[in-house]
Amino acid sequence: MADVPILIDAGRCVGCGKCVKGCGFGALKLVEAPGANRSGKIAEVDPSACKACSACVAACPFNAISEIKAGICGTEGIEGYRDVWVFAEQSGGKIAEVSFELLGKGLELKSQRGDGCRLCAVLLGSGITSEMTAALSSAGADVVYAVDDPKLADYEAGVYVDAVSKLIIRHKPEVLLAGATAIGRAFFARVAARVRTGLTADCTELKVVETTNKDACAAQMLLHQTRPAFGGNIMATIMTPNHRPQMATVRPKVFKKKVGVVGGRAEVVREVLDLVSPRTRIANANRNPDAVDIAAAEVLVAGGRGLKSAAAFAQLEELAKLLGGEVAASRAAVDAGWIPQCRQVGQTGKAVAPKLYLCFGISGAIQHLEGIRGADRIIAVNSDPDAPIFGMADVGIVGDALAIIPALTAELKKGRG
Amino acid sequence: MIIVVCIKQVPDSTSVRINPETNTLMREGAESMVNPFDEYALELALALKDSDGAHVTVVSMGPPQATAVLREALARGADEAFLVSSRAFGGADTLATSYTLSQAILKACGGTKPDLVLFGKQAVDGDTAQVGPGVSEFLDMPLVTYVRELRVDSEAKAFSATTVMDDGEYVVEGALPAVMTVLKEAAAPRFAPLAGAMSAAKAKIAVLDEKAIAADPARIGLQGSPTKVVAIFPPPSRGGGRKMEWNGDAASIAAIVKEAIDG
Repeated sequence: MADVPILIDAGRCVGCGKCVKGCGFGALKLVEAPGANRSGKIAEVDPSACKACSACVAACPFNAISEIKAGICGTEGIEGYRDVWVFAEQSGGKIAEVSFELLGKGLELKSQRGDGCRLCAVLLGSGITSEMTAALSSAGADVVYAVDDPKLADYEAGVYVDAVSKLIIRHKPEVLLAGATAIGRAFFARVAARVRTGLTADCTELKVVETTNKDACAAQMLLHQTRPAFGGNIMATIMTPNHRPQMATVRPKVFKKKVGVVGGRAEVVREVLDLVSPRTRIANANRNPDAVDIAAAEVLVAGGRGLKSAAAFAQLEELAKLLGGEVAASRAAVDAGWIPQCRQVGQTGKAVAPKLYLCFGISGAIQHLEGIRGADRIIAVNSDPDAPIFGMADVGIVGDALAIIPALTAELKKGRG
Repeated sequence: MIIVVCIKQVPDSTSVRINPETNTLMREGAESMVNPFDEYALELALALKDSDGAHVTVVSMGPPQATAVLREALARGADEAFLVSSRAFGGADTLATSYTLSQAILKACGGTKPDLVLFGKQAVDGDTAQVGPGVSEFLDMPLVTYVRELRVDSEAKAFSATTVMDDGEYVVEGALPAVMTVLKEAAAPRFAPLAGAMSAAKAKIAVLDEKAIAADPARIGLQGSPTKVVAIFPPPSRGGGRKMEWNGDAASIAAIVKEAIDG
């Protein structure tokens, strides 16, 4: 794989081309990047031509170019960090599905990395069972770091942060992933702050880029973390070049759980840590593990502003039942109070990945479209022929949702009986 | 009781338009607004001012234009406002932002920790939800996220918060100080009274730069940001498929729906 000797900060580059002129080796060029800045161009380096002379770093008036130097993050530098870690989130002894999805992605990263890289799961709790560690093992983990401590009986950010930070310092993972769940998002951000490294939220793609930088003692692995930005209209690829571990969160259902993994031989390491005490306590838990999770539904029947009333959502419910699915909604319908927020799809709701996303009266704001990108098939009904939803739907039907819902429901009932 | 509310100015997503030819955002002319989730955090603080006489300080990090959101907060009833702004803060990622804000919060409170620091659950432009937790780390305070309802006993300096997690609701109790991130359900924002708006328009808003907050230069702005954006590109297009007019033929739509489900 090619070296990546310099970094161009796409957020700062204005496409002026001064670096292109400043490079004596013809290693830089401007490439089209619509929307990145006013010129619509950003500089790109050809790693095979770059001699890491740093002339471009001096030539750039916007401080957009920097050399990748190893070991500036702390006294120890970034050497010695290895392995891909996945935080295995559990509640009441049940490991979250997203953790298995991430182990599947972790297997890919491990094989891309090679060089003795191991896939490790981190499991926190009180009363960790062999079933739990076995499940992680079967999903492909080579090592399970299990911290079993009464202080970890319930989630408390401070104790979780303490445990994971201490494991990082002890074992030095190169990459650390968690699900972008209510728990994962919050405490991972605090872990990143404690160990002073970068964290990229809601990644939709992760990829290993290997580099043998001349300043680094050993080959280092860079994780390309891609996430939607500006409401999903632009994708940004982010790296954490000089700090370890490279941390990222991924929303549930973004990666598919791998089936047929031949695992089951993980080494289970019981870690004993001197943990801080929790500073908050749970006075009352109203757990509802059976609550509908639209992110897990195979079929979603969704409604938006075009449904005009809560009563129309009752009709949608009937249609969803006929199709063996769940009801979902756009933000507009949630804000109108027609349906609870837990059923909201989109950037401030949930990302979904059903086999079928059948939606009525949803125009398709970019924030909504971002949430349904993972659907296998999208069928959209809207009265506005120019609605943005039709730009993404596999089948678009221009018509009145309030007429089509009862007609389709009646038709499906007929088919049954 | 001292409460700090961190608020962010964000582009109003409803005014952002897509250029149909280049399929990119047209940010020119996009209106700015207070991040909606921060409004709920502010309202929660103002309610505690009404009930318990809390002192409410608002802090915003951003360019000079962000004074607009601070004036709005003052108009609604906040007692003090600080703009955290300097060219040196530019290019900050969530780690550098968390450090900068935590230093600014300490400065705004005269060097001592406030009793409560409130954030919206996330900002609608970046959507990371990382800065509130980051600030809790640098201020070394307990962190409570996704708060739907909050009760504070200001004399005993204790709180009880109902939080919404993926698997249900939890009532979390603890002692102040604490950092919390707040959901929409927590409070319905009030409108600014006319008198408030008039005095807020004249209020002086202190600007805190890197010197004022005694920031470590290595931990702010681009230099203090471990993450680097290395590429920006349009999202993979998932082109639209066929489009048809509704002609009353429910049977053919039922067939398309069944085909999608049965594969």
